[in-house]
Amino acid sequence: MTKKNKKLTTEQQKYQKLQKKRETKRPVITNCIKAFLVGGFICTIGQALQLFYIYNFNFTQKTAGNPTTATVIFFAMLLTGFGVYDRLGQYAGAGSAVPVTGFGNAVISACIEHRSEGFVYGVGSNMFKLAGSVVLFGTFSAFVVALIRTLVMKWGGF
Amino acid sequence: MLEGQSTWIFENKPVIISTATVGGPFEANGNISDDFDILHEDLWLEQESYEKAHKVLFEEAFTKAIEKANLTKEQIQFILAGDLINQITPSSFAARTVGSPYLGLFGACSTSMEGLAIGAYITNYGGADYILTGAASHNAAVEKQFRYPTEYGGQKPPTAQWTVTGAGAAIIGKIGNGPQVTSATIGRVVDMGLSDPFNMGGAMAPAAVDTIMAHLRDRHINPSYYDLIVTGDLGQIGHEVSIDLMKEKGLNINETNYQDCGLMIYRKDQPVLAGASGAGCSATVVYGHLLNRMKQGEFKKILVVATGALLSPLSFQQKESIPCIAHAVSIEYGGE
Amino acid sequence: MFQTFFWAFVVGGLICVVGQIMFDVFKLTPGHTLSSLVVAGAILDGFGLYEPLIDFAGAGATIPITSFGNSLVHGALQEAEKHGIIGVLTGMFEVTSSGISAAIIFGFIGALLFKPKG
Repeated sequence: MTKKNKKLTTEQQKYQKLQKKRETKRPVITNCIKAFLVGGFICTIGQALQLFYIYNFNFTQKTAGNPTTATVIFFAMLLTGFGVYDRLGQYAGAGSAVPVTGFGNAVISACIEHRSEGFVYGVGSNMFKLAGSVVLFGTFSAFVVALIRTLVMKWGGF
Repeated sequence: MLEGQSTWIFENKPVIISTATVGGPFEANGNISDDFDILHEDLWLEQESYEKAHKVLFEEAFTKAIEKANLTKEQIQFILAGDLINQITPSSFAARTVGSPYLGLFGACSTSMEGLAIGAYITNYGGADYILTGAASHNAAVEKQFRYPTEYGGQKPPTAQWTVTGAGAAIIGKIGNGPQVTSATIGRVVDMGLSDPFNMGGAMAPAAVDTIMAHLRDRHINPSYYDLIVTGDLGQIGHEVSIDLMKEKGLNINETNYQDCGLMIYRKDQPVLAGASGAGCSATVVYGHLLNRMKQGEFKKILVVATGALLSPLSFQQKESIPCIAHAVSIEYGGE
Repeated sequence: MFQTFFWAFVVGGLICVVGQIMFDVFKLTPGHTLSSLVVAGAILDGFGLYEPLIDFAGAGATIPITSFGNSLVHGALQEAEKHGIIGVLTGMFEVTSSGISAAIIFGFIGALLFKPKG
């Protein structure tokens, strides 16, 4: 934010200081507590699902993550479709955005919204409007990290 | 007649002969629901998309205003209207329904007064017998275009505002009974370098103050000339900052007579964060609620300063700040 | 058993708090925040630190979006062990596709079944 100040005139800077006094501060502590509780709760549900899959479906500790993720995104679809997820999001902030349910909600809400433009250009083109950056950066950073690590291990002779 | 730098005085005092306001569910539950002509229970208005519903809001407001004026569509010379949606399609499609010659406007949330100012000017100089002007917005259509899909669980900060689902329309005529449009000041684009699209009130306040001061300066009057000065949608933060800013510039504003449409339309317990916004905000509050109060004798002279934030979803992503504008129109009723 | 749930709750909650701080203190958008968290997950797995976190906190580490980054790196490394450098490219989506596929499939189904509520 400070590099912007160089381009602002004195009048602009003066106004921004004035404005800051009246700008309602975000309730950071309250938001963090709500995010902690809701995020933690979602992960607990995920944990329960994981154990359910391990004991009832022969998944192992390592592989149970997959059906758990899929199930949790299914619930996200229901909550999004019934208009509940946006209320939850306003309350919990990162508590509902950070778990993988948030990723599901980002994709599903975009699909539902753009259905009015048809399935090909509406749903198809817009579905990754919000979540695309996660896929992009996840994939690319994983590529770089894996590449570096592989090269390091190869040349380090491990 | 041009007065000062940017103000028009309308010597022939064009009259607002009728108005119509349409609202959605939030507005029906709001503070001034009695002042709406038509209220809807949901955002769809039996249409297939939010954008089509947006068009219907306009169509209903236009048709109702024409009906209340005892006119026919054919008697309307020009339609001056606008909204927030890309290429102002709802306005254009509604103008298609009415069928009169059409001038589309874009002033973001200041469109209502932009339309009233230009409409009054044309009528004042005999360029039209009747002009239909209006502005509208639709909460879900605007969210979809400017921010996130409506079902997305994003968290809005307390400085964000709630876009009004509503349309306000007015018919201006050369003669008739009703509130008169006496002057208008066209605003210039003011940018104080703010760039948070979730805090538009803070960005727009300087534009409102700039136009108010230009108006008072051009007309050589004090704020006390008006019984009420009302801004379009500065919201809680913008309203307070504008008062601070005016005090700093030495303008003695009476805070009881200085209000904001965005703070009038909803009740305190509705989850609207910093207040209402949208092109439909000033249009519905002014053309319904405030003119009703004028007709009941509560105000004789008001100055409406509609404020707009001229950003696009793309400009924000390109790290641009938010340029804003405000247009002021004075309306008088019931004696000097 | 209780311990597993406790740590899932706490670790998951804490990762969300990191996200909330990025929202409120650093004023980042959800897109920027989540992208950063995914990259963080990938980097942590590069240093071999994410798997122990999963062993410790279970779903508290697999449910947050950071686990995407972790899975992608894991898949790449597994394939790289077998096929050398080229495995880095081919292996990535082997392990993680459930989240993305689920989002796509349920997104489409959601669009078929639901209308937005505004």
